[in-house]
Amino acid sequence: MQIHITTSDGVPIYQQVVNQIKFLIASGRLMTGDELPPIRVLAAQLLINPNTVARAYRELETAGIVEKRRTAGTYVSEQGSPLARRERVKILAERIDTLLAEAIHMGVSIDDVMKLVQQRHEAIQSARNEE
Amino acid sequence: MLDSISSSTSPIVEIRGLTRKFGDKVALNDLSLVVPRGGVFGLIGGNGAGKTTLIKHILGMLKAQQGSVHVFGLDPVQDPVGTLGRIGYLSEERDLPDWMRVGELIRYTQAFFPNWDESYAEELRQSFDLDKKARIKTLSRGQRARAGLLVALAHRPELLVLDEPSSGLDPVVRRDILCAIIRTIADEGRTVLFSSHLLDEVERVADRVAIIHHGQIMLTASMEEIKEQHRRVTLRFEQSLDHPPELIGSISSSGHGKEWTYVCNTEMSQLRNAAEAIGATVVEEAALTLDEIFISHIL
Repeated sequence: MQIHITTSDGVPIYQQVVNQIKFLIASGRLMTGDELPPIRVLAAQLLINPNTVARAYRELETAGIVEKRRTAGTYVSEQGSPLARRERVKILAERIDTLLAEAIHMGVSIDDVMKLVQQRHEAIQSARNEE
Repeated sequence: MLDSISSSTSPIVEIRGLTRKFGDKVALNDLSLVVPRGGVFGLIGGNGAGKTTLIKHILGMLKAQQGSVHVFGLDPVQDPVGTLGRIGYLSEERDLPDWMRVGELIRYTQAFFPNWDESYAEELRQSFDLDKKARIKTLSRGQRARAGLLVALAHRPELLVLDEPSSGLDPVVRRDILCAIIRTIADEGRTVLFSSHLLDEVERVADRVAIIHHGQIMLTASMEEIKEQHRRVTLRFEQSLDHPPELIGSISSSGHGKEWTYVCNTEMSQLRNAAEAIGATVVEEAALTLDEIFISHIL
């Protein structure tokens, strides 16, 4: 599980862990039923306080994104849950906001952005079909 | 007395009104500090702030001129056996006996600690790649720090004290030190006290932080509280100003003209009201790094 911690932008470390695990799940790199690393292991890997990892896991559990199992261990929950879907929409919305802000600064109209999105989608589709 | 009940939750270190002078120079000025049991306590301050002097009092190497110092509820000067045997210490200078070989240093230190864990010591020696036959004086800076860390850790101390553990070391050795800190507190109930001016490291591993400046504690709180309470807000005023107006809870300010930026230690809702009261609107607000928080407190 690839997580990168930075202390240069003021975002609390537990929040960085939460955001990045959400992103890994939403982007399909962590799948339903995958086990997250034990708290100690992730703390040692990221060089952060184990209590910080524990807090991040608690937040993810409260949000229904991961679940603790009786066998001890934290697993990615069923992704069909409305919470997970809402999370995906939220991540996408943030990215779109960034894109739109850049488009406005570059003087590109929303219609052109939509066209470009469609074009890129087609390009990705045809690249996939060739594989 | 509730001693038997309170002992498990009583603080590891309790300092009250400690003052220390070296000649005319005041090194510690009526300083009080409580280090609770368990977790990592980061002591941050610039050069000459008093970090090392404070640590030397905790280790019983300096006697309190005024005030009191208690470690595990004991006076470390009067009861060195009861305190030092339960502390692992790595000094900034890593003062180790230069004439010894690594293997001799390990056996020598072991003799002082009944709780010495031989297999843990050996595991550390191998993972640190320390040659038993190498003389201490021939070791590189990094290997010297690792040797110091090994003898501080191998008796599994209740309290691990590290004075500027990372200063002058390369990232690989710094990583070993951070790993050792994390491993130490992952074991239930153990405590790490470390001083540092590398705030990136403190932010990563500390549960609680104290900022020391001119021999006084400027701020002590959990890392969570510190991060949540400090914000940087930018206010926009209707007219250009030469000086920023006073704002409740602001620690520092900078800017010019209509926009002024404050570092604040206040609730956001309270802050918005205060801004409105001086005829300004909040145009930007952001979290701060520990570095920025530290600087705003000592300048």
